[in-house]
Amino acid sequence: MKSTRKAYGEFLVEKGRQDKDIIVFDADLAMATCTNMFKQEFPDRHFDIGISEQDMVGTACGMAMSSKKVFASTFAMFMAGRAYEQIRNTAAYSHVNINLCATHAGLAVGEDGATHQCIEDIALMNVIPTMKIFSPADDISTKKILNICLKEDGPKYVRLGRSEVPTIYDNSYEFKLGGSHTFGTGKAGTIFATGNTLNIALEAKEVLENLGKDVRVVDLYSIKPIDKEAILKCAKETDILLTIEDHSIIGGIGSIVSDVLCTEYPKKLYKIGVKDKFGKSGSAKELYELYGLTKENIIDKFISFK
Amino acid sequence: MNIRELEIIANNLRKDVISMIYHAKSGHPGGSLSCIEILTVLYHVVMDLSEDSKGNRIDRFILSKGHAAPAYYSVLSSKGFIPHEDLVTLRKVTSYLEGHPSNKINGVDCSSGSLGQGLSIANGIGLSKKISNESGYVYCLLGDGEIEEGQFYEALMTMNKYDISNVIFFIDNNNLQIDGKVSEIKPHLDLKNKIESFGIYTQVIDGHDFNEIISSIDYAKNSKKPSCIIANTIKGKGVSFMENQAAWHGKSLNEEQYMQAMKELGGI
Repeated sequence: MKSTRKAYGEFLVEKGRQDKDIIVFDADLAMATCTNMFKQEFPDRHFDIGISEQDMVGTACGMAMSSKKVFASTFAMFMAGRAYEQIRNTAAYSHVNINLCATHAGLAVGEDGATHQCIEDIALMNVIPTMKIFSPADDISTKKILNICLKEDGPKYVRLGRSEVPTIYDNSYEFKLGGSHTFGTGKAGTIFATGNTLNIALEAKEVLENLGKDVRVVDLYSIKPIDKEAILKCAKETDILLTIEDHSIIGGIGSIVSDVLCTEYPKKLYKIGVKDKFGKSGSAKELYELYGLTKENIIDKFISFK
Repeated sequence: MNIRELEIIANNLRKDVISMIYHAKSGHPGGSLSCIEILTVLYHVVMDLSEDSKGNRIDRFILSKGHAAPAYYSVLSSKGFIPHEDLVTLRKVTSYLEGHPSNKINGVDCSSGSLGQGLSIANGIGLSKKISNESGYVYCLLGDGEIEEGQFYEALMTMNKYDISNVIFFIDNNNLQIDGKVSEIKPHLDLKNKIESFGIYTQVIDGHDFNEIISSIDYAKNSKKPSCIIANTIKGKGVSFMENQAAWHGKSLNEEQYMQAMKELGGI
C-alpha cells in the first residue's frame, strides 16, 4: 500500500539524483504533496513559493522556458482551480514544457471537506488545447507515467491521490501516452476506471466473475489523449459499459468515454461518479460509500444495467 | 546610438502602431503609444538579443501588458524579427500577428495578454539564470492598471524572497485604464513606497525621456537588487487627440483620425 503522491516524491528524488536540471515548485504544501522529500535532498532546486498558486505556476513556467525540467505541485483544487487561467494562458497557450502534478484529487481528500475536494480537475484540464492528462492508479504506474512526462514536451497534468492504494502493477507493465491497460477478456461487460477507482473496479470484477459475469476492467491512466481504440474495442466486444471515477460525472472519464461512443459507436453507458454535487467531510472510505464509489454499487449497476 | 536616432526610431514605431490599429479596425493605441520609448531603449540600446547554447536569448523580455502588442510587434519588426510589411495584417484571421502576443511569433518569448501574470514568468526565467549562473537580464513591462491584479503582489514577494536581481520591471504609469483614471478605479496611493516596502529597488522616471530610461536601467543593474522602474507616461503619447484620454485605450481610428495622427507623426 502506498499513495501515488508518495511515489511522486520518491520519483523526484530518484530523478533529481540523476539530473540537475530537475526543478521542483510547491505552494506551502511540500509535506502533503511529498515534494519535501526532494527538498530535503536538493534544497537549492526546490522553490516554495508560498500560498500563491497563481504565482507558483507562472514562476514555474518561466523556469521551464529556460530549458529546465520543472515539476510544480499543490492540491488539485488549487492547481486546476485557483491557477486555471495561468495554466491555460501561460503553460498551455505558450506550450511550456511543464509537469503540473496535483495531489489530493477527488473525494478521497476526506475530512478536509468540499472546499478541498477537487472533483472537476479532469474536466477543467481536458478542455485546454494541447494539455496531456494522466491519472495513475498505483505507485508503479505513477513512476512509469512520470517518466513519460519527462519525455513528452508541453504541458502535462498528473492527477495524484492522498490516500494509500494497493500496488496493482509490477514493473513489467509498459505505459504510454494515449494508452490504457485492460484486465481480463470478459465479454459480458467493461468497467472503465482511473486512479483510485481502478482497485475498486478490479474488486468488483472478481465478485462479478464469481456470479458468472465475465467482465473486463480498463485502466484509463491516460485521460488526454484517451485510448479510443481500447474504448471502441470494448464497446464492440462487450454488452455492458460502466465508468467509475472519483470525479464529477460531468466532464470526467464518464463524459470522455461517452464522447468516444456517441461519435464512433453509439452505445449506452452507465456513469458512476460524483453526480453534480459537492463533496463533504468524512473518511475517504465513508465518502466513497456515501457517493457510490464502491464495488457493491458497480455490481448493482452492472446487474441492473438495461 | 544617440538620442536623435532613438527619437527617429520611436517616431517610426508610433507610425507603425497607428497604421496597424487603423488597418486592423481594432486594437489598443493608448497603452501602445505610452510605452514606445521604453521598448525603443530596451531593444535598441540595452538588450543582448543573441542566444545561448540552449537557444535561449541572453536578455529576455516579457510584455505583461499584452494589449500593447502593436508596440511590441513594431519594435520586434525594427529589429528584424517580423517583416515590416506583415505589421498591417495585425488581428486578421489570415495573419499570425495575434491581437495579444503569442510566442508562436518570432521574437516573442511568452504569450501574454491576461493581465497580472508577466512578472511571475519573468521571475521564473530570472531564477533559472541565477541558479545556473547564466548572464543576462529579464525585462518585464506592466501597466499601472494591470497591477490591480493580486498576482503582481505575489510575484513581488517571490522576487524579494529569492533576491531575483536579474529581473528589472517597468510600470507604464499612465494613470488610465479602460473605465477611467487608475487613481479613481483602484487607487495605488504611494506606488513607489508600496513597491519599495516589498524589498524592491524602485525608481520613478519620465517614461518618455530616453536619458532617464537608459540611466535608470544602469542604476537598477548597479543596485544588485530586484528592481522596479515606475515610468510616468502619457497614454496615447504623440497623437494629440489621444493623449490622456481613457477612451483611446482600446479603439481604432477612422480615416480622418488616421490621417490626422499620421500627419502629427510626420506623415505616412
